[in-house]
Amino acid sequence: MKIVVLMKQVFDTEAKITLDGSGKINKQGVSLVMNPYDEYAVELGLRIKEKLKGEVTVVSLGGDEVQSALRQALAMGADKAVLVDPGTEEIDEFTTATILAKAVGGMEYDIILGGFKAIDDGSVQVCGRVAEILGVPVVNVVTQAEVEEGKAVATCDIDGGSAVIEVSLPAVLTAQKGGIEPRYPSMKGIMQAKKKPMQKIGLAEIGLDAAQVAPKVKALNFFMPAARAAGKTVPGEPAEAARELARLLREEAKVI
Amino acid sequence: MAKGIWVFAEQRDEEIKKVTYELLSAGRKAADALGEELCAVLMGRGVGSLAGKLGEYGADKVYVADVDALENYTTDAYTNVLADLAKEHQPTAILLACSVAGRDLAAQVAQRLGTGLMTDCTDIAMEDGQLVFTRPIYAGKAFVKAACPQARPVMATIRPNVLAADAPQAGRAAETVTVSAGAGDIRQVIKEIIKQISTRPELTEADIIVSGGRGMKGPENFAILEELADVLGAAVGASRAAVDAGWLSHSFQVGQTGKTVSPVLYIACGISGAIQHLAGMSSSKCIVAINKDPEANIFKVADYGIVGDLFEIVPLLKEEMKKLLA
Repeated sequence: MKIVVLMKQVFDTEAKITLDGSGKINKQGVSLVMNPYDEYAVELGLRIKEKLKGEVTVVSLGGDEVQSALRQALAMGADKAVLVDPGTEEIDEFTTATILAKAVGGMEYDIILGGFKAIDDGSVQVCGRVAEILGVPVVNVVTQAEVEEGKAVATCDIDGGSAVIEVSLPAVLTAQKGGIEPRYPSMKGIMQAKKKPMQKIGLAEIGLDAAQVAPKVKALNFFMPAARAAGKTVPGEPAEAARELARLLREEAKVI
Repeated sequence: MAKGIWVFAEQRDEEIKKVTYELLSAGRKAADALGEELCAVLMGRGVGSLAGKLGEYGADKVYVADVDALENYTTDAYTNVLADLAKEHQPTAILLACSVAGRDLAAQVAQRLGTGLMTDCTDIAMEDGQLVFTRPIYAGKAFVKAACPQARPVMATIRPNVLAADAPQAGRAAETVTVSAGAGDIRQVIKEIIKQISTRPELTEADIIVSGGRGMKGPENFAILEELADVLGAAVGASRAAVDAGWLSHSFQVGQTGKTVSPVLYIACGISGAIQHLAGMSSSKCIVAINKDPEANIFKVADYGIVGDLFEIVPLLKEEMKKLLA
């Protein structure tokens, strides 16, 4: 079974976000991690490999800094990594999906996995777009999946509950937290990861040019949320404070 | 000539979801500014009778695709119908709810139409003749204003609860257009649907959320939050600490690695206010914090705070709310 995991490197969840001099998101000094939901995708991929034999390839987009996240996936047990440099910072989800689909389309694959969402831009669309480009079905927000040769049966979140969906392979499945726990890389895994293949390629090598991946969406400006005004502490003994809070919520905030 | 602002009218169990009215109100303003019509696209089985309501909330036209294959949401069926319809009529924009189904559908349709998609938007405005969308990034730690200058339709999913729904105009009728296009080949086969049995609203749609963190000390103690939630008609949420401790399932988690919520009232009980939690709830209209630690971060974003023992205060607050709402 050829398993491909699409992975993104993101700012750590503890990161404070600031703007730089040109009004863009400041990347200086921010620690970078594998997108937490992608860890579930890697874990799912490794479990499929352990059951059915095969190979897990992790694919990501970006510059050299992304290698650390790819190495983490290799240390968890993935077999090889491919990093595509888009050659520009001006990208959107259309760009990313077009590049990833082209890179993956040139490989053998039975199943493509990814996190259902990246915690940075939270856009929840790249994996779905990849499926559309490759002409394979997608099942999103998957918490558990039983995969066998030729098909996958996935449990996924839906509005108001969950559903069990069957698809024929190849297919794209996006992982959600809740069903499985990602493993930590072992010391041995970390050592082995250093020797595993990491292929770095550019757009030309997968047969794309800048015009084909030009973004559809343009960011106009970034801004920080307005700081919330300092609130009030409701004083008094518990009974008194509870009564006063209820009154304030009704009469002042008018939310009850 | 591209024309029309479209709203994907989300319904569940033959009821239009509130967010659809929020989208129609925002879409109405955009359509008026552009001098175009506002259309709703209603899909499902046995949903035709809901078209009237969409007219009352501002739609000029309602495309109704009412076939058996659309009874339950599947990615392929809904994508095929919406994408074919959009190819035929070339709308200027398509707005969807940022629900599980809405964002799933939006991504597929956007790629099939070769256009841009902005997700989880919290505002729509007309600037220099184009639609500009505001969306949170890093779960609300920052925001970006973005547009789709050339590709059409412009597509966006909008977060529920952040845009106001205008009052319906009784008797305002929309033209109904029956969509004959089929659902096509559906590759996702539904084996089972498990509905969450809950009388409480869903977290992302709730007007009020009562949320608990590490300070709850154990899963059994969430009962007091549930009792308060029942009085208020609220949803129950949790911080990552409470979920990671195994007290509640991940579907309850509010924060950067859980759900982002924008209720009218968010009551945080025993939640310290880690940055990743604040990111998921600080767009709430009114925040109440109950925590015994006066230095807790949550007080920095709270409109009202009570420093004290939540196990004493929450039951008292429930009684006070009962009296108020009686």
